Amino acid sequence: MADPVLRIENLSKKFGGLRVTDDVTLEVRPGELHAVIGPNGAGKTTLINQVSGLLAPDAGRIAFAGEDITRLPVHVRAERGLSRSFQITSILPRFSVLENVALAVQARHGSSFRFFGTAADESELNEPALAALTQVGLADHAEVAAAELSHGEKRALELAIALAMEPKLLLLDEPMAGTGRDETDRLVAVLRSLKGRFPMVLVEHDMTAVFALADRISVLIYGRILASGTPDEVRADPQVVAAYLGDEME
Amino acid sequence: MADVALPSGGAVRRSLLAGNALPLVIFIAFALLPLIAAFKAEAYVLSLVTRVMIFAIAALSLDLLIGYGALISFGHAAFIGLGAYAVGILGAHGVHDALISLPVALAVSALFAWTTGIVCLRTKGVYFIMITLAFGQMVFFIGTSLAPYGGDDGLTIRMRSTLAGLPIFASDRALYYVCLACLLGAYLLCRALIASRFGRVYRGARENALRMGTIGFEVYRFQLVMYVIAGMLAGLAGFLLGNATDFVSPAYMAWQRSGDLLIMVILGGIGTLNGAIIGAAAFLLTEEWLSGLTEHWKVIFGPLLVLVAVFARGGLIGVAARLQGMLRG
Amino acid sequence: MSLTLFIVQTLNGLQLGVLLFLIAAGLTLVFGVMDFINLAHGVQYMLGAYLAVMFYGLTGNFLFALILALGAALAFGLILEFAVFRHLYDRDHLDQVIATFGIILFLNQGVKLLWGASPLSLPMPEIFSGSVVLMPGILYPVWRLVIIGSGLAVALILYLLVGHTRVGMLVRAGATNAPMVSALGVNIRRLFMIVFGFGTMLAGFAGIMIAPILSVEPGMGDTILILAFVVIVIGGIGSIRGAFLAALIIGLVDTLGRSFAVDILRLFMAPSPARTVGPAIASMLIYLLMAVVLYLRPAGLFPAKGRA
Repeated sequence: MADPVLRIENLSKKFGGLRVTDDVTLEVRPGELHAVIGPNGAGKTTLINQVSGLLAPDAGRIAFAGEDITRLPVHVRAERGLSRSFQITSILPRFSVLENVALAVQARHGSSFRFFGTAADESELNEPALAALTQVGLADHAEVAAAELSHGEKRALELAIALAMEPKLLLLDEPMAGTGRDETDRLVAVLRSLKGRFPMVLVEHDMTAVFALADRISVLIYGRILASGTPDEVRADPQVVAAYLGDEME
Repeated sequence: MADVALPSGGAVRRSLLAGNALPLVIFIAFALLPLIAAFKAEAYVLSLVTRVMIFAIAALSLDLLIGYGALISFGHAAFIGLGAYAVGILGAHGVHDALISLPVALAVSALFAWTTGIVCLRTKGVYFIMITLAFGQMVFFIGTSLAPYGGDDGLTIRMRSTLAGLPIFASDRALYYVCLACLLGAYLLCRALIASRFGRVYRGARENALRMGTIGFEVYRFQLVMYVIAGMLAGLAGFLLGNATDFVSPAYMAWQRSGDLLIMVILGGIGTLNGAIIGAAAFLLTEEWLSGLTEHWKVIFGPLLVLVAVFARGGLIGVAARLQGMLRG
Repeated sequence: MSLTLFIVQTLNGLQLGVLLFLIAAGLTLVFGVMDFINLAHGVQYMLGAYLAVMFYGLTGNFLFALILALGAALAFGLILEFAVFRHLYDRDHLDQVIATFGIILFLNQGVKLLWGASPLSLPMPEIFSGSVVLMPGILYPVWRLVIIGSGLAVALILYLLVGHTRVGMLVRAGATNAPMVSALGVNIRRLFMIVFGFGTMLAGFAGIMIAPILSVEPGMGDTILILAFVVIVIGGIGSIRGAFLAALIIGLVDTLGRSFAVDILRLFMAPSPARTVGPAIASMLIYLLMAVVLYLRPAGLFPAKGRA
């Protein structure tokens, strides 16, 4: 078996007396889509925040592509190919949709300490940006101010920004949050088309999407991993059914 | 301006105020003024407008910080003081050549911006405002304690800077045109910076610094570089001011002067660059006009500022844009 | 460097600290609860002094002058709040800066118009006008002790009010999360007014108490304003406890620094450079302190909104 792209070892985090991340060990294999599910408050976003570097864990280790990134700052992890989308949309509202994505492209295309030349006109940045937008279906909204998009379109933009970073690992924090049926289906289709290109960690509540996409699933309850395995294994696990899936599956 | 996209999927609309028409008008007006003024009180008008242009340079540099970076510096006047003192102190030792004093002014400003920026940029919001104020005060007090260079009373600069021996600033007209050239250069530099790759990251950091970090940008570095650039531009303004007034004193660096600079930018309209120039002109010309009317002009000026703050969102440029919108129907 | 001088200067430092606390307390609350940068707080302090001088001229009695001036200062502050500040709570800090800066210009000039530009003085009450022997060889002005005493009393009152009353609890909650307090149904506007009015009175009170010692002149609020901002930044915005500690620290550091900087420097360098560099470093000391504190704790020592 090839080396895991992401390896989380005994990760722990406490907020006051509350164990938000309780001795979590998790692996993400190359090319797989690994879903992390669990009820609200289970600590999924906190886990993602620790992997992407926004939160420092109290204990444990995070290794990315074989290297220890536990103490590395956010932007360095991003430079190394760790890309994420946010649960609560985090975009640049007054920039155009295209520029939102072009900035992500810019981060990996040469130096940003260039003081002359109009960045917005650079085709070597705009073309890959447009390509990412096309993938998520936002290409014809390129010149629109990001704040003007509908909620579902903003979620798609989140994804486009994460894609434009040419990720070696993509962390998706509830990309389907608050989207309607149509947009959810569209996002699922996009994610399916990306499968295999790079590994993804998908945190989601929408079970249909999870079971449609995931190669493996880990279940997080009260900060602990309750079960981890293929969708069939997880679906059949009595502990999981009792604690979580029993309520979620209609 | 590059970062404003409008709905209806259309192309970016450029109004008279956002495009190139306004700065063109401004600079042509500045260029022609001495010719017109030759018929009236030339020396007075020249010296007044020279001061406007010098403070416009400082206001432009501050707009880079507050308008495009949301970095509200309340100590920006310190750089003006540093630039002016560079001229003054070197002059006191017989060094008058701009080829020495200008690089010194810029270097000192850059060094001060870099060392203080490292500390300031670790803070946010009002803490940033206060710490920039603190550093400004420190420079002010250093100035007052410079006994060999006049201390509180300031230092007279006996001779204006020369350029490789040539008396470029000797006449008020020559000084005027050099300042105009510097203002034009500063303006074009600011425009280029904002549109560049560097500027885009910097502006993105104002929108959403967190996002920029997760894309892979170390926001702190970009802000620090911009802070140094802004400091150097203001140092240039100080260099010119020392030459224009033949004088430098700690008063140039008082926190009230930093406040004046903020007001100039806010008055014109922050984040527009054109606004910085217009704001500097409006502030200084109003000040000049009102103080001619009465000794107690601040009693009028104060409430004027309050009214601008409460009612004129976006400053003069904002008001003009709204008027333009109303006229268009 | 003598022990007597040290003790006297320490007391002076405490007095400055207590004065700074009176001004900073109102400022930090207004800032913490209302997120409002009030540069005009310094002129509130100046106004207190001027009003006291005026009322003393009318009544000839310090106590009456104090009470009337406090009332007038409060009234004036509330008028300012109603006419100007109220419209700016939702605006960003830049607009607040320019508006309150305009008020400083207006009032500094205004007092010059009304009372002239030359410094005025306010005599202190007879019984407090002497000096008292604290220790053999140490004579200390009674009025300064009164200032220290009243400042500590105010600190105690504030501590009880903010920590142990319902209004105080609302204030503390507001400093931590104002929108939430409003969402819980509290009349946030009235809370703002109370906080603001109280802060205004404290600043005015400080001005009245210091008037017998300093000269009352236009612009006297400007320097103290900067110091007050340094205090609240070091103490942590929104925290009375922080303001108290920071005010005392700053009062002591500034006063002792100015007195002994040259002497301390003489331990390391020759007298002449020590005498030039000393005063400069003394004036910068508190700013250096603020820079160090903010470097280590970018949100001050006890920020009300918790450490980010």
